[in-house]
Amino acid sequence: MTTAKAKSVLFEPIFNNNPIALQILGICSALAITTTLENTITMCLAVIFVLTCANFSIALIRNLVPSNIRIIVQMTIITSLVILVDQVLQAYHYALSRELSVFVGLIITNCIILGRAEAFAMSNPPVMSAIDGFGNALGYTVVLLFVGFCRELFGSGTLFGIPVMLPTTEGGWYYTNGLMLLPPSAFFLIGVFIWALRAWKPDQVEQDQFEIAPHTPARTSQAF
Amino acid sequence: MLEHYLSLFIRAVFVENMALAFFLGMCTFLAISKRVETALGLGIAVIVVLTITVPVNNLVLHNLLDEGALAWTGIAALQTLDMRFLGLLCYIGVIAALVQILEMTLDRYVPALYNALGIFLPLITVNCAILGASLFMVERHYDFGESVVFGFGAGAGWALAIVLLAAIREKLKYSDVPDGLKGLGITFIVTGLMSLGFMSFAGVQL
Repeated sequence: MTTAKAKSVLFEPIFNNNPIALQILGICSALAITTTLENTITMCLAVIFVLTCANFSIALIRNLVPSNIRIIVQMTIITSLVILVDQVLQAYHYALSRELSVFVGLIITNCIILGRAEAFAMSNPPVMSAIDGFGNALGYTVVLLFVGFCRELFGSGTLFGIPVMLPTTEGGWYYTNGLMLLPPSAFFLIGVFIWALRAWKPDQVEQDQFEIAPHTPARTSQAF
Repeated sequence: MLEHYLSLFIRAVFVENMALAFFLGMCTFLAISKRVETALGLGIAVIVVLTITVPVNNLVLHNLLDEGALAWTGIAALQTLDMRFLGLLCYIGVIAALVQILEMTLDRYVPALYNALGIFLPLITVNCAILGASLFMVERHYDFGESVVFGFGAGAGWALAIVLLAAIREKLKYSDVPDGLKGLGITFIVTGLMSLGFMSFAGVQL
C-alpha cells in the first residue's frame, strides 16, 4: 500500500468525486437536519463513524461472504453500527436524539454507505477501505457543513447557537431569513454548491443528452 | 373515524410529503426522474411496498418488540422485556423480505406489472422513504388502521412528487440552463421550488 494511493483515495471524494454533488448518493437522510450546525455536525460524525467502520469490517470478511447473500450481510453490519450510534445518542444526548428523530435510523438507507461497501470495500483490503470510507464521509461532511452553516447563519443569525448577527427581534439589525429554515432552502443551497463546484471544475459538467437542431430558416410563403 | 383517516391521508400526501418535506427517497427521486413513464412505474412500486410494509412493521412492533409485547408466551422473564432497540434491524429485515416476496409473487402471477417495474423493485429496499415511513409510524404511535392509511398516503405523495418532477424535467430539456447547473444542479433547484409550492398545503385540515 503506497501512501500516494491512500492519499488519493482519501482526498478524491472530497471535491473531485463528491458523493452528493457528483454521484447523487446519500442525499436522503441528511437535508432535513441541516437547520442548525449542531445537528449537522452530529449527523456528520455519525456518518463518518458508520461509514469508516462499515467499510473496514466489510472489507475484513469480503472473501468469506458468498456473493448472493452479500447485500444482507452488508445491511446487517451497517444496521448494527447505526443501532450503536442511536443508542449512544439516546443515552448521552437525549435532546439531540429527539431533534434528529428518525434521521439517525435513516443512516442505514444512506446510499453512500451501501454504495461504498459494494463498490470499494468488497474488492479492497480493510485499511484502504477504511480510508475510502473516511474520505467519502468527509465529502459528505463538506456539503452538509456548507448547507448547515448558511442555513443557521442566515436563518437565525447564529452559529452553534451563539448569536453572530443579532436579529431584529432581539433588538439587533438583522432581519432573519425565514426561508432558510424551511426545507426548500436546502435544495437551493445544494444546487448552488453544485454550480460553484462545477464552475471550478468544468470537467464535472453534464453533457446534453441530445442536441436540439437549429432553427430551420423560416419558409417564406409564396401564396401572397 | 373515517374523517380521521381521511385527514391523515391528506396530510401524508400533501402537507407532510415524504419527498418534498422530509427529503426521503431523494437518491432515487433525483436519479430516476428523467422520464415520466419510468417515474410512474417506480411511483406505483413505492405505493405498493409502503402500503404493505408499514402495517407489517406495525404488527412486528406491537407483537414482538414493544415492552411487554411477548407477555402472551407466559414466560415470566419475557413479561417486561423491551426489545425496541432491535427495531431498526427488524424493520429493514421485514422490508427486504417483503420486497423479495412481492417480487416473486408478481413474477409468478402478474408478469406484466413485474416487467414494467423491472429493476426498481429490488432497489426499493434501500429507498429511505420506505424505512422512513416505518420509523415515522413508530415515532407517532400509529395503530394498525392508521398505519395502513399512512403507508398508502406516504407512498401516493412520493409517487405524485416524482411524476411531477419527471414531467418538469422532460420540459427542461428545451431550456437554456447555465453549464454548471445542467443536470443535477437545476434538478435540485426545481425540486426546491416544488417543495416551496407544496408548503402552501401546510395547515390544510379536514
